[in-house]
Amino acid sequence: MKINLTINKKRYSHDVEPRLLLVHYLRETVGLTGTHTGCETSLCGACTVELDGKAVKSCTMFAVQADGANVTTIEGIASDGKLHRVQEAFWNEHGLQCGFCTPGMIMASKQIIDRNGTPSEAEIRHGLEGNLCRCTGYQHIVNAVKAAAAAGR
Amino acid sequence: MFAQTFDYTAPKTLDEAVKLIGGGAKALAGGMSLIPMMKLRLAAPEHLVDLGRIKDLNYIREEGGALHLGATATHYDVESSALVRSKCPLLAETAAAIGDVQVRNMGTLGGSVAHADPSADYPAALQALEAKIVLRGANGDRTVSAADFFVDAFTTSLGEGEIVREVIVPIDSSGASYQKAPQPASGFAMVGIAARVKKAGGKVTEARIGVTGLTNSSFRATAAEKALEGTGGSPADIQKAAALVAQGADANSDIHASADYRKHLAGVYAGRALSAAIGRAS
Ligand SMILES: Cc1cc2nc3c(=O)[nH]c(=O)nc-3n(C[C@H](O)[C@H](O)[C@H](O)COP(=O)(O)OP(=O)(O)OC[C@H]3O[C@@H](n4cnc5c(N)ncnc54)[C@H](O)[C@@H]3O)c2cc1C
Ligand code: FES
Ligand code: FES
Repeated sequence: MKINLTINKKRYSHDVEPRLLLVHYLRETVGLTGTHTGCETSLCGACTVELDGKAVKSCTMFAVQADGANVTTIEGIASDGKLHRVQEAFWNEHGLQCGFCTPGMIMASKQIIDRNGTPSEAEIRHGLEGNLCRCTGYQHIVNAVKAAAAAGR
Repeated sequence: MFAQTFDYTAPKTLDEAVKLIGGGAKALAGGMSLIPMMKLRLAAPEHLVDLGRIKDLNYIREEGGALHLGATATHYDVESSALVRSKCPLLAETAAAIGDVQVRNMGTLGGSVAHADPSADYPAALQALEAKIVLRGANGDRTVSAADFFVDAFTTSLGEGEIVREVIVPIDSSGASYQKAPQPASGFAMVGIAARVKKAGGKVTEARIGVTGLTNSSFRATAAEKALEGTGGSPADIQKAAALVAQGADANSDIHASADYRKHLAGVYAGRALSAAIGRAS
């Protein structure tokens, strides 16, 4: 089936099998490997991308469902060589160790501060419930989201 | 993980979707239950009809003293709707308790009720609200009460070729609360209790208690409701009523919680939901 969509402000058009998952489409067809596959069972959030402004798990969605949509991946949030403020905050606050969960964590964190400019610690933790990290123990990630929110005010 | 191959159609109108589903195709809404099942090959539909592009299914509005929610209203739509938060906070509170942000951004009210997972959150609230579920089939609409809709685990009274079109919940002045014991990994309710209470002259005049997660299907704990009605709703009255919620229930048992533990949780969470509801009612 033919799909047309916008990814990181660029238009793409491909013929895909309906069963192709969005995450595999992004990684293998389009070549954007920043989005990771972790669990492939909708639990870890490593595959999180933004679809028309909403954070979604791209391993639990078929590429055909994204026909006509606007997709943003981790590769698309920095602009003009300048990191997005969530990326900057993860760097400054040591929000990552191995980095495997990071693309998904950053996309989920971006959703939190896009919806609420002054999230409390509890709201940040609630907003990250769909993302797992095996390294950091989460505290530095929570600190990074707080810092990113403050940087946007 | 790849699903078995299938055909995919994304109609723009409800009529087209009903026709395709009447012909044996399977509905796809948020995909948060169906896609994981397809990837695990627990489901292998030959033809998927994506309801996501049907504008007539995506709405939340007030009409005739009730809230009408279209089947494809997402959990996020429900939790963030100013209308739902002011007219039926119980439903917004329940939606906000489902899974995680990404799941709530995609998963839909219609998909959740049609799937009828024994641990899903919405059924408890819909039972306590005495909600109505409107089904659309080839012969038009038919309305079923939540009590009659949820039949068994993953089993509803949806007929062949029918889809969930909307959910209707009454707007009234009762106080309500949803309390759940989440399964730590997925967030599904090991037990979830929705309580809705009306008070007048210092007495509980009406109590409704919806239970999910405890047994194969959600249900209303009528014995507990009756025990609370007519009392002052004191902590002792709540204790007495909450103790009846799991009485006689054929409780589920799995690696997350044994039947006895689920029954224990039902009493504890019923107590919490009832105290919060009574607090909000007065
Ligand atoms: C990680 C994770 C955590 C979750 N945690 C929770 C939780 O804590 N609590 C909870 O309640 N749920 C939870 N869920 C499930 C989630 O709420 C789903 O969104 C919901 O069960 C199904 O809705 P959907 O729109 O995604 O439906 P789909 O997955 O698209 O469809 C599910 C089933 O319903 C049918 N269907 C869909 N729409 C209709 C319709 N309008 N008419 C007739 N049939 C229809 C489909 O054919 C399919 O059989 C979780 C899911 C995931 C992946
Ligand atoms: S890979 Fe999608 S949630 Fe883990
Ligand atoms: S930084 Fe290693 S999994 Fe999160």
